[in-house]
Amino acid sequence: MSMRVELDVPKCVASGQCVMAAPDVFDQRDDDGVAILLEEHPGDELLDEVREAVAICPAAAIRLVDQ
Amino acid sequence: MSDALSCPVTGATEPLPEYPLPRAAGCPLAPAPTAQALRAGKPITKVKIWNGSTPWLITRHADQRALLPDSRVSDDDLNPGFPYVNAHRAEIAPVTPRLITNTDAPEHTRLRRTVNGPFVVKRIEKMRAPIQKIVDDLIDEMLAGPNPTDLLKAFALPVPSLVIAELLGVPYDDHDFFQRSSSLVLDGSAAPEDARRASGELVAYLDNLIRQKTATPGKDVLSEMAGRVQAGEMTHAEAVSMGVAMLIAGHETTATMISLGTLALLQHPDQLALLRETDDPKVIANAVDEVLRYLTIVQTGVRRVAKDDIEIGDVVIRKGDGMIFDLHAANWDPEVFPEAERLDLTRPARIHQAFGYGPHQCLGQNLARLELQVVYGTLYRRIPTLRLDAAIEDLEFDHTGTTYGVHGMPVAW
Repeated sequence: MSMRVELDVPKCVASGQCVMAAPDVFDQRDDDGVAILLEEHPGDELLDEVREAVAICPAAAIRLVDQ
Repeated sequence: MSDALSCPVTGATEPLPEYPLPRAAGCPLAPAPTAQALRAGKPITKVKIWNGSTPWLITRHADQRALLPDSRVSDDDLNPGFPYVNAHRAEIAPVTPRLITNTDAPEHTRLRRTVNGPFVVKRIEKMRAPIQKIVDDLIDEMLAGPNPTDLLKAFALPVPSLVIAELLGVPYDDHDFFQRSSSLVLDGSAAPEDARRASGELVAYLDNLIRQKTATPGKDVLSEMAGRVQAGEMTHAEAVSMGVAMLIAGHETTATMISLGTLALLQHPDQLALLRETDDPKVIANAVDEVLRYLTIVQTGVRRVAKDDIEIGDVVIRKGDGMIFDLHAANWDPEVFPEAERLDLTRPARIHQAFGYGPHQCLGQNLARLELQVVYGTLYRRIPTLRLDAAIEDLEFDHTGTTYGVHGMPVAW
């Protein structure tokens, strides 16, 4: 079973906190900073970073779901 | 009693407490004892503010995280019941343009995306070297100058001034004017007419500067906004207001985190030693977040109003009720930060709410973190004998501004 990252783009306020927490999983658009999901199925070694991104996203726009 | 471990955590919670709540005498860095008592006993409760209205005060970390991103919780200060910080803010609300600071989604989302570009993490990171140079040069000057000196004037204020001037593209020659005007606008004890005049002067200055940048753009934030105005993505008035807001928001907040951060670290020599002896960027980054958590300098609370009825815990916040989020109380919530009264640079601190939480979380937080990482990672290594050259009781703290601060901080080495 792998984990899937969901990013709610319309809710994103582009604070960049996900990029700070998990730079291998998230990036930002250059012009407005809106988050880009680089890796929908991150490896286990990245999950702690993704969980931190979920916790600190101020817009509550990221979810990590079992699938 | 300057050690926070011995500071009171109980205070009168009856009758209705008046907000903002006073800090305890002799405990300049700890949250108000009544705020801590309310968090433990009445985490969502009514308080009284300057105009006699009685908004809710929310003090627990978890409740703030639940409410601040909620779409029923509005930052639009034209909604009836909005708990204004003071009379000046109430007075200017109807004539203030729509900004990221007074709008809700979807308007807020549109506006925020027009101003986010310069604060994208990768772009901010490119400022590390220029900021390091600014900090190194200021320390050189300080070491070559008088000893003792005022850390605030010699170092803490010039750092963010130089950084924000570089970011926005404000000529450095206008630096004194900016520092003076932004101080007046932010100082809650300033006469309303002085604050109004200062804010008018800043607006006129920025208005003119953005027009100049439209004609001859550079690679700075104001030029970028001028471009967005020309492309029809934002109005000229929005660009001017955003410029003023960024300038003011970036100044005294960062300066205070440098001065009070240094004060907090000097009071905890074991923690200061950890910082002085490491060059691990992750350790320094976490130290910055822990000092942000510990000090949480926003002292007037984050203000919101309910757009609809909201049930939370055993209370119902009614449509039109004001809400105040006390960030310092939440950042000392023992449910999230055990032994929160301890400054512990090694604790996981990242989830603090010193920059607020929700869609309005501080736009400049990544820049602020970077400035503080460079400062905390450099100042105490370069000046290992740095010490406070006054009794802490003799320092004069600013209890009235939007953010906490100290009026001068004598240091020697």
